[in-house]
Amino acid sequence: MSTKKVIQVNKLTKNFGDFKAVNNITFDVGKGEVFGFLGANGAGKTTAMKMLIGITTPSSGKANVAGFDVNTHAEDIKKNIGYMSQKFALYDDLTVNENITFFGGIYGLTRKEIKEKSIELLKELNLEDVKNMLVASLPLGWKQKLSFSVSLLHNPKIVFLDEPTGGVDPITRRHFWEMIYKAASSGTTIFVTTHYMDEAEYCDRVSVMVNGKIEALDTPKKLKETYNVKSMDEVFLKLVRK
Amino acid sequence: MSISVSHISKSYKKVKALENISFDVKPGELFGLIGPDGAGKTTLFRILTTLMLADDGIAKVDNFDVITDYKNIRNCVGYMPGKFSLYQDLTVEENLNFFATIFGTTIEENYDLIKEIYIQIEPFKTRRAGNLSGGMKQKLALCCALIHKPTVLFLDEPTTGVDPVSRKEFWEMLKRLQHKGITILVSTPYMDEASMCDRIALIQEGKILEIDKPELIVKKHLKDIYNIRANDMFLLIQSLKSYKNHYSIYPFGEFVHYTDKNKDFNSTELKKYLETKKLTNIIIEKTTVTIEDAFMELAK
Repeated sequence: MSTKKVIQVNKLTKNFGDFKAVNNITFDVGKGEVFGFLGANGAGKTTAMKMLIGITTPSSGKANVAGFDVNTHAEDIKKNIGYMSQKFALYDDLTVNENITFFGGIYGLTRKEIKEKSIELLKELNLEDVKNMLVASLPLGWKQKLSFSVSLLHNPKIVFLDEPTGGVDPITRRHFWEMIYKAASSGTTIFVTTHYMDEAEYCDRVSVMVNGKIEALDTPKKLKETYNVKSMDEVFLKLVRK
Repeated sequence: MSISVSHISKSYKKVKALENISFDVKPGELFGLIGPDGAGKTTLFRILTTLMLADDGIAKVDNFDVITDYKNIRNCVGYMPGKFSLYQDLTVEENLNFFATIFGTTIEENYDLIKEIYIQIEPFKTRRAGNLSGGMKQKLALCCALIHKPTVLFLDEPTTGVDPVSRKEFWEMLKRLQHKGITILVSTPYMDEASMCDRIALIQEGKILEIDKPELIVKKHLKDIYNIRANDMFLLIQSLKSYKNHYSIYPFGEFVHYTDKNKDFNSTELKKYLETKKLTNIIIEKTTVTIEDAFMELAK
């Protein structure tokens, strides 16, 4: 992890009518950092994330993501980031290969690059035998691993992962995190939300959102020390239930 | 027995959703089906609530057969499906009233049972169900499943996608319902919720891996597990994988859970090996087995 910042958020706010969904949040994320973005349901995580990936305009405040301003250069942000969520990942009625080709095209890769990347990716994920099968027929864990790899096709600076492992079996969930570590160790920044508190411990730093505000931000170790508890689960409880 | 499942199988074309599943749930028991997506949990719920027929096997709920006595079962069970299935364009109160009427009862008659849960959403009783937050939807769905005072309650992944605090509160609610004498069969993909159940079945790919009290499942796990930590997680995992004596390696919170091939594991030797991989701040210590460790070992 270097000290270079790839996400810089300054007093970012989003109002829906009188409701402050995101209320004046400020934080930075470094290059190659695994950053956990936690919070209770309805705390404002999704709204904050939507502003960072350039699909929702902030009401006020600033954010710079992958070198671009979310207020003025949202389209450039989209080209420089990857995104995957549990809900939207791949097209079920396309095959594994077709999905790779499709997303490769969307991300602006050349035919040659797509071909090379597909071979590499299928080999790495051990999906060569099922490359012509519909994605719908794959187990959830395989889909999520494939989806993560697809979000990395264009070598983005940052990948946003919105609850990537919900419902995935424990072994695959761990393979998934090994993939995350690998991407991070090669310099890709990971911005991840999760409801699994053991996964919060995998992050370099973690922020906890409560009612639109970031109530805590530090390494899991420091957070546990600050709140004098043994696990991130307890940190979360203390912050959200107070 | 409140629920008895005997040699149930179900396939969808080529996919075996359930393979020869058998287990019993005692009256008043809180029984957990713990397993990931695709394990067959929902299929089992649909068979037990008489919404789907099994290919093979016998199942009874409250001593009623799911095929011949399906009408009786429908009257005495409560079912909360994984997907929110209330009427989005009815208000909170209208939904509850609707389900009470369907079962020939009124909100007042069984208000005691739902009171604790309902008072949390009562301030929003004129709001349409579609406009509720996730947590409130879940509470309303539970109220609707309880309004006819069922003897057996089926909850299919009620806590999926729910934050840890709301999950804890939900389980506290279940415990209180259990004390009122309701038998509960609940499924979850979160392994840490297993300890809240009296007994659990670990299920994966249509097969039951193990059934027992959570503390006994953990006890049956024979291998010693070690917490290992170092300055670089990715390098640590890679290094452990190339270590000759490794049996299993899983990231587990801030540690890696490591098991060794040998009974007399030598931590000094492993530490020396990791140091040759340029890892620093190495910690190796024995740790307690969790349900998730047991699940991974059984599923291996």
